[in-house]
Amino acid sequence: MSAVLGRRVGLTGNDAVALAWRQIDPDVVAAYPITPSTQIVERFSQYVADGEVQTQFLAVESEHSAISACVGASAAGARVMTATSSQGLALMHEILYVASGLRLPIIMVVGNRALSSPINIHGDHSDTMGSRDAGWIQLYCRDVQDAYDRTILAVRIAERARLPVMVCLDGFTLTHSLEPIEAYPDEEVQEFVGEGPADGYALLGGGEPISVGPLALPDSYMEFRRALAAAMERAREVIAVETEAFNTRFGRALPAFVEKFEMDDAEEAFLLMGSYADMVRDAVARWRRARRVGMVRLVTFRPFPAEEVARALGRIRHVHVLERADTLSTLGGPLGIEIRAALYDRVVRPAVTDVVFGLGGRELTDGEIDGLLRAPGAGDRLRYLGVRQEGGCR
Amino acid sequence: MAGSVTWRQLDRGPVIPGGTSRGFSTGDWRQEAPILDLDRCVHCMLCWLYCPDSSILVAGGRVVGIDYEHCKGCGICAAVCPPRASAIRMEAEGA
Ligand code: SF4
Ligand code: SF4
Repeated sequence: MSAVLGRRVGLTGNDAVALAWRQIDPDVVAAYPITPSTQIVERFSQYVADGEVQTQFLAVESEHSAISACVGASAAGARVMTATSSQGLALMHEILYVASGLRLPIIMVVGNRALSSPINIHGDHSDTMGSRDAGWIQLYCRDVQDAYDRTILAVRIAERARLPVMVCLDGFTLTHSLEPIEAYPDEEVQEFVGEGPADGYALLGGGEPISVGPLALPDSYMEFRRALAAAMERAREVIAVETEAFNTRFGRALPAFVEKFEMDDAEEAFLLMGSYADMVRDAVARWRRARRVGMVRLVTFRPFPAEEVARALGRIRHVHVLERADTLSTLGGPLGIEIRAALYDRVVRPAVTDVVFGLGGRELTDGEIDGLLRAPGAGDRLRYLGVRQEGGCR
Repeated sequence: MAGSVTWRQLDRGPVIPGGTSRGFSTGDWRQEAPILDLDRCVHCMLCWLYCPDSSILVAGGRVVGIDYEHCKGCGICAAVCPPRASAIRMEAEGA
């Protein structure tokens, strides 16, 4: 895998991420392998053992320690990466807030997976949705190429926005599927990501002593949090600019916020994040003869691209939000709730049906997508797709 | 943190100059106070090394007292003081 690059290679999502890490050659990787992102760390530790990177690799005893080590190293000015999934991300939860609060540009690749209980190792978005308010930028990948590209791109976004970034790829569907991708030469990746956090805290860099992460009581805590919200707001511009730079450099056409398919004259649409986009796009293409249907794929979930979503859905009558998580608030999934929030102030807005599907790796079938178009249920606020119940699935 | 700082001035997150805790009195949390008997002290500096609040006052390489403004009464100094010296004992605050 470390042989000739700059050509088409067959890689799984995990291997593609490990390859991107090798080419980026971060200063520190601290990780605790967990299904289904295990091979990212496995492959990368092999690169470390073989001397193909200069990275300081920390084999820690838990995910809590992994992200804590990342926070320490990043505060010291290092370029830092980690990978996790599901319960591992949940175990990191406490420190996720420390990373974003300290404005540390840590890159985390998440192989999305369901949360216990019951125990399940397969893909859905419950884990990263549980981290949605932690102040991390979140990018959702469509395929293996996307995972490879966005891992590289995330470095520049994180360091220029001074915020940590999660690159999310669907567990097994992307982490373990072998796909042909275009890999770039090492030097080109190195050149794109550059030297490392230009204006890090450099905790160990000498000069005046500093105190990182002090106590901030009622007289100042709120100002810090307001400043963090402003950083997230400014991250929109950074994401737009850096995605453009990436596309120019590597000849790609990655969308920064939303990807649209057949939306120009669409009257009804699917909206989703992640790897089911290709399947839904095929369904849209099939149905195009009969119906004006389109698809919107959300790439960036944090910061939430409310403007882009509203513009994409401007003239739609009905949108099916297909999402792989539930808030259990009884209002539906996190994506549907935010789509509604993004549309609420619009005078013209579509009916929204929140369709929760694919929890714990349950497959979405062509028949189910067709079923949504045959019986759109425009009055339905929330549907659970593919759940067995008396009288069959719905 | 001064009450006049606005959120726009805090863009780099919570990073502040070192040594700002000098401005806080941590001594008013104290339930027990270390009492130093300088006649027994052998100036081994263990208490100075271990005190988490830099509250052991030293001058000319010798222990001279305790900074009660910052000493929070954890008792570490008394615990590390060598048994043969036993120069620090903890007493209930205000006793
Ligand atoms: S009681 Fe604790 S804080 Fe006070 S002087 Fe002793 S070691 Fe320091
Ligand atoms: S540990 Fe005890 S003997 Fe040693 S310097 Fe402190 S008070 Fe003196």
